[in-house]
Amino acid sequence: MDGGVVDGDGPDGDFIRLERVEKVFEVRTRTGLLRRERRRVRAVDSISFTVARGEMVGYIGPNGAGKSTTIKMLTGILTPSGGRLRVAGIDPSRERTRLAQRIGVVFGQRTTLWWDLPLIDSYRLMHRMYRIPDRRYRENLDRCVELLELESLLDVPVRQLSLGQRMRGDIVAALLHDPQVLYLDEPTIGLDVVSKARVRDFLRELNAERGTTVLLTTHDLQDIEQLCSRVMVIDQGRLMYDGPLAGLHEVGDSERTLVVDLEREMPPIEAPPARVVRVEGPRQWLAFPASESAAPLVAHIAATCPLVDLSVREPDIEAVIARMLHRLEGAADPAPERAVS
Amino acid sequence: MYEGLRAYGLITAMWIRSTMAYRASFVMTTLGNFAATGLDFVAIMLMFSRIDSLGGYRLPEVAFLYGLSATAFGFADLVLGSMDRLGRRVRDGTLDTLLVRPAPVLAQVAADRFGLRRLGRIVQGVLVLGYAVVSLDLAWTPSKVLMVLLALLSGAAIFCAVFVAGAAFQFVAQDASEVQNSFTYGGQTLLQYPPTVFAKELVRGVTFVLPLAFVNWLPALYVLGRPYPLDLPAWLAFAPPLVAAACCALAMLAWRAGLRSYRSTGS
Repeated sequence: MDGGVVDGDGPDGDFIRLERVEKVFEVRTRTGLLRRERRRVRAVDSISFTVARGEMVGYIGPNGAGKSTTIKMLTGILTPSGGRLRVAGIDPSRERTRLAQRIGVVFGQRTTLWWDLPLIDSYRLMHRMYRIPDRRYRENLDRCVELLELESLLDVPVRQLSLGQRMRGDIVAALLHDPQVLYLDEPTIGLDVVSKARVRDFLRELNAERGTTVLLTTHDLQDIEQLCSRVMVIDQGRLMYDGPLAGLHEVGDSERTLVVDLEREMPPIEAPPARVVRVEGPRQWLAFPASESAAPLVAHIAATCPLVDLSVREPDIEAVIARMLHRLEGAADPAPERAVS
Repeated sequence: MYEGLRAYGLITAMWIRSTMAYRASFVMTTLGNFAATGLDFVAIMLMFSRIDSLGGYRLPEVAFLYGLSATAFGFADLVLGSMDRLGRRVRDGTLDTLLVRPAPVLAQVAADRFGLRRLGRIVQGVLVLGYAVVSLDLAWTPSKVLMVLLALLSGAAIFCAVFVAGAAFQFVAQDASEVQNSFTYGGQTLLQYPPTVFAKELVRGVTFVLPLAFVNWLPALYVLGRPYPLDLPAWLAFAPPLVAAACCALAMLAWRAGLRSYRSTGS
């Protein structure tokens, strides 16, 4: 990647690469009648990560954490204040229009479609603007329209579409030119359950069939759970966690719960490291660290107690992230440390 | 440059097709545009029903000034009239959606909501100009004819530059579309009257600061054989193409600076 880059493609291992990328905004606030104070805000603070080709990565964090700013730098909308950034071997801020041919962007909050015109007009324009070969355009359009069930909506002006319909329309628009990377900024925000499921199914299929690299920011952790094997957590401009979804539980000190139904009422089961947190007749709740396997615990209980039924409950991931951020911030106050996968 | 023109062409073609889908509506809005902009000249005609000359100029002469400026402005308004929406796009963040497309932002902003109805303004400008040419009773020489054509082209280019520069200013001040309008639409109205009716300071301003005087005053005064304001030298009548080129260059620089500042601040 640092050597000569032929054809503009980055190697598959670091298709997207960020090295100590920063974005500093200068915010002016009025402090007196004529006095103004300049304050520098680090929206993104020395973030480094790589994404391999074909990966599907979730990018999450609280409001104002720097998610959108990162996406804007990755798409070439914003110029970074520092660090090095490459997408498919291209420096986004320098070669914005060249990069545009290779990426698709969906902003959940605003549409890239032409508001007053029928959906199909936007697609026809994309066809010409991106110089998509006619056959490719037809194939992609037919396929997307079928999978996202937009057939009957093609002649409807975009402003008359519902939020879910518009979002699906936007996703199609972002994919007509076969982008190698798809950025999704809050793709399921405000959608109903059915629309959400349809969008998720579609993205999963796209990733599996075309190997499209997907980076998505979201508030909906179900998106992450159902789509991404890898998740990055950002807070106050810093990358706090980068790794598999399951690993979040370890960092977050979270616990899973084993619910066991016994043949009869019994005293609390002794099975370290699990501890009984609740007893209700023959049913007992045992909490154990999310990082531990449930198998030995179950074996132990089955061997020592008359077991009828059992189930394992996963911790609420939202609570895990909140706890993780809280813990890391507490620990990281004087000298920030980064969580590593 | 080619990419920009291509994108501009693609987007305007889309809007024109969509406009033409409702022909009756197009005819109505174009007539409306024609009537609304033509009212300016009706006002001038009413004025001349009471007076014989305005600042020493007779009606056909004022019509000549009016026709030149209205036609030139009409072209600029047709081509770039949508640019005053840039501030709103910056405010609501929809400018970002233009930045992820493989086409120059300027072309996309300029072509957005291309309003073919703005032909109405050009038509009334051309009609008034035609009336002036017929009733002026001038000895037309090749250089005078050339001057008229040059004035129209350069004038349109100067107004285009003002539109672009005004839009560039909206990157910094997002509520400035009215400021832009006062320079474009306001400037155009100013040019409909002879320079002799205005204070010297104002004439100086639109000659040396915002060079609107080159849109029609200087070329028209050359054609009419009238003395120039501010005792300007005679050759300046041939300067409009140069002034227009300089204005466009400056406007492009301003646009680039504006876009660069947007991309570094995100607001």
